[in-house]
Amino acid sequence: MPTATLPASTSTVQAPSGAVSPCALRIENLKTHFMTDDGAIPAVDGVSLSLSRGKVLAIVGESGCGKSVTSYSILRLIRPPGQIVDGSIMYYPGDGTRPIDIAKLNEKSDDLYRVRGGYISMIFQEPMTALSPVHTVGNQISEAILLHQKLTPAQAREKAIEMLRKVGIPGAERRIDQYPHEMSGGMRQRVVIAMALVCDPDILIADEPTTALDVTIQAQILKLIKDLQASRGTSVVFITHDLGVVAQIAHDVAVMYLGRVVENGSVRQVLKSALHPYTQALLKSIPSLGTRGARLPAIRGSVPSLTNIPPGCPFHPRCEHAVRGRCDVGGPPALRTFTGNRKAACVRIEEIHPTVRELTAAEVAAADTLAAEVTAAPAGRHNH
Amino acid sequence: MGKFELSHRPYTFPATFRLRINTMSSSTLSSISVAHPNLADANGVAPHGQTITSEPLLRVRNLCKYFPIKSKGIISRVIGKVKAVDNASFDLYPGETLGLVGESGSGKTTCARTILRALSPTSGTAHFRAKDPSAPGGHRVVDLATLPDRDLKPLRTQMQMIFQDPYSSLNPRMTVGDIISEPLLIHNIGTPAERKDKVVAILRKVGLKPEHMNRYPHAFSGGQRQRIGIARALIMRPSLVVADEAVSALDVSVQAQVINLLMDLQQEFNLTYIFVAHNLSVVRHICNRVAVMYAGRIVELAETEELFSNPRHPYTQGLMAAEPNIDPDIPMQFALAGEVADTGNLPPGCAFHPRCPKKFAPCDKQEPVLQKVAPSGCQASCHLLTPPAGS
Ligand SMILES: Nc1ncnc2c1ncn2[C@@H]1O[C@H](COP(=O)(O)OP(=O)(O)OP(=O)(O)O)[C@@H](O)[C@H]1O
Ligand SMILES: Nc1ncnc2c1ncn2[C@@H]1O[C@H](COP(=O)(O)OP(=O)(O)O)[C@@H](O)[C@H]1O
Ligand code: SF4
Ligand code: SF4
Ligand SMILES: [Mg+2]
Ligand SMILES: [Mg+2]
Repeated sequence: MPTATLPASTSTVQAPSGAVSPCALRIENLKTHFMTDDGAIPAVDGVSLSLSRGKVLAIVGESGCGKSVTSYSILRLIRPPGQIVDGSIMYYPGDGTRPIDIAKLNEKSDDLYRVRGGYISMIFQEPMTALSPVHTVGNQISEAILLHQKLTPAQAREKAIEMLRKVGIPGAERRIDQYPHEMSGGMRQRVVIAMALVCDPDILIADEPTTALDVTIQAQILKLIKDLQASRGTSVVFITHDLGVVAQIAHDVAVMYLGRVVENGSVRQVLKSALHPYTQALLKSIPSLGTRGARLPAIRGSVPSLTNIPPGCPFHPRCEHAVRGRCDVGGPPALRTFTGNRKAACVRIEEIHPTVRELTAAEVAAADTLAAEVTAAPAGRHNH
Repeated sequence: MGKFELSHRPYTFPATFRLRINTMSSSTLSSISVAHPNLADANGVAPHGQTITSEPLLRVRNLCKYFPIKSKGIISRVIGKVKAVDNASFDLYPGETLGLVGESGSGKTTCARTILRALSPTSGTAHFRAKDPSAPGGHRVVDLATLPDRDLKPLRTQMQMIFQDPYSSLNPRMTVGDIISEPLLIHNIGTPAERKDKVVAILRKVGLKPEHMNRYPHAFSGGQRQRIGIARALIMRPSLVVADEAVSALDVSVQAQVINLLMDLQQEFNLTYIFVAHNLSVVRHICNRVAVMYAGRIVELAETEELFSNPRHPYTQGLMAAEPNIDPDIPMQFALAGEVADTGNLPPGCAFHPRCPKKFAPCDKQEPVLQKVAPSGCQASCHLLTPPAGS
């Protein structure tokens, strides 16, 4: 596709101003590879998903499946040897202005600056990535505030203390002058969340923001993010490996495996009646009341290395339902849409779930109103 | 904002601590077995019967770790103290797993690091039943809290720690193979080829691949890095392992494998674990007993099943209510509002009283003490359970 994806050219045919897309973010066939000495590592290899405006989309999957690389790609934070090699990341701003294909933006463009500086904000998996060890947390939060808002340093400091209180840090007045190393891991993560929230983002990407926290603080942070999401209409991409957290915070879920989405649906569909064998196996391996002291039914083997992805369905060496000759040949199964407008990438769905049927193209188009509205807008017509 | 690089980060972890904690290995086992061929556990298998001994492996009494709060300014004075760990007392039996749960800042990590003498205790004792082939019975009880550094060093082979933050505990300039084999190198174990074999074996055990050996930590995802840390700790086959949020950052399938692995190794080598975690369902699965900490103190200590089926302390109850249920139709309760008590400025009386839904008259005046509250041996510190004297 030529340079027609430049936002300026698409904006001319955009719907009347003020028409806000029901879709906040739509990723199609995103490929982000790392060009290493061992060859290209396809960390993200054909991810498609969409985030509905004002909703929480959870991305779950095993370590290394590309959740973080996907989220870094959304903010164009991928550094060499990493590179977005294909696909689109359409962002539909909440203020009704023209959509932006983040994947194609110039590194120095104003649009990218606007995306990073306020539209989309990120909470990082590792707090120390976002925090400098040589500055007090107060100075770091104030700096973030002063970058986006016209305030005096004293006002910024006041606001920083207020943010620290909002994210539940005890003794905020004293803590603000501390350095990150003087805080426990959970407190550091709360500082990072405070920094991400100061500019009131349209989309919040939270990469495992509660993973290192204890449950009560996690409950508070989830509540914080839920409240924020509800009151400001913030759309949230929530990355986690905790399916309990998914159950409590998400509206929709995308399950990833080896750089692809293997299952996608509403939180109830995915957690209560998973279609994909991988999702089913994940759910089974969670410790529960009945498993105490016993061996857990862990998925056999480990995630293959990205330089050596199995042919056919990438999950087949670990899958209980794998069938020779069908699952281990050809390319990865396509993400198909089934009854209930849920998606799964497995060739045996209909056999494993006799009541489930694949939708026809027409049925898919009718069911997926979100997709219909988006593709109706010229900017959404985005092929490769 | 502005610090966005994926592969670069400031390296801040104190190297001395890393080295001190890892100047240990009980896969020194191989070297011990040469020096003392008659030692029953020289091959890493505990002598039969050790699992049922009533002698604790570790007896912690009134352990305290206070950090000074210094004034800002040119001449900094000590203006107060953070009571990060206050009066911790518990026993740890060989082969058991003691869970340590509580909110961030409650002192779990500090407690574990103080026991292992990565931090020097303010007061209290931590008697450790150290393996010592020259002592009668093959064991010698030492107080880790007061032992001089020189005597402590050889004992470090028997205690290992798996860290909370896989990001800062791995040296970014070392390959994975070097990181994992460093403890072997420090203790002069094996030839380079043997060390490599051990690394390959442990990499497989923790779900990584031999070809990962020559890569650097930054090329791994968070979960993969945590597995490297576990491999590094387990390669030494220690007797006491402190796992500080060791499986917290792992996705469920790897978590299941690592939990199975930790439990298998425990059986095989009679390992004793202090398992610091915030995921209560994991704690319930793996631990024999659980200590609940709040603001530097143990507030409840009980057998796992008892704690979960009948949590007695209001804080324990709040903690359990906040656990996110996997069923989206069972909403999480935000039972514990408010802030964690500031250990630098504790509220009077029961430190939990500002958040406690059950507080009553004596709670903001008198401090409850940890004591036995049930015939089962469950201990708790709450005026509801043990009415204060004179009331
Ligand atoms: N700089 C890099 N060079 C080479 N490979 C990389 C680099 N960064 C990431 N990768 C690889 O890309 C894959 C995806 O990594 P990513 O961090 O997105 O995983 P994740 O799903 O977020 O996992 P986790 O749950 O552990 O955080 C991994 O296999 C990782 O090893
Ligand atoms: N080096 C230090 N200097 C000052 N205070 C510290 C230091 N390390 C930890 N603390 C404080 O001690 C308390 C307990 O911290 P920590 O043991 O890390 O808690 P946990 O592991 O339960 O999250 C916290 O209030 C923390 O801020
Ligand atoms: S395609 Fe085959 S191997 Fe893959 S998930 Fe489906 S049944 Fe399993
Ligand atoms: S002593 Fe009082 S405030 Fe403390 S936990 Fe018990 S009831 Fe609550
Ligand atoms: Mg990640
Ligand atoms: Mg800790």
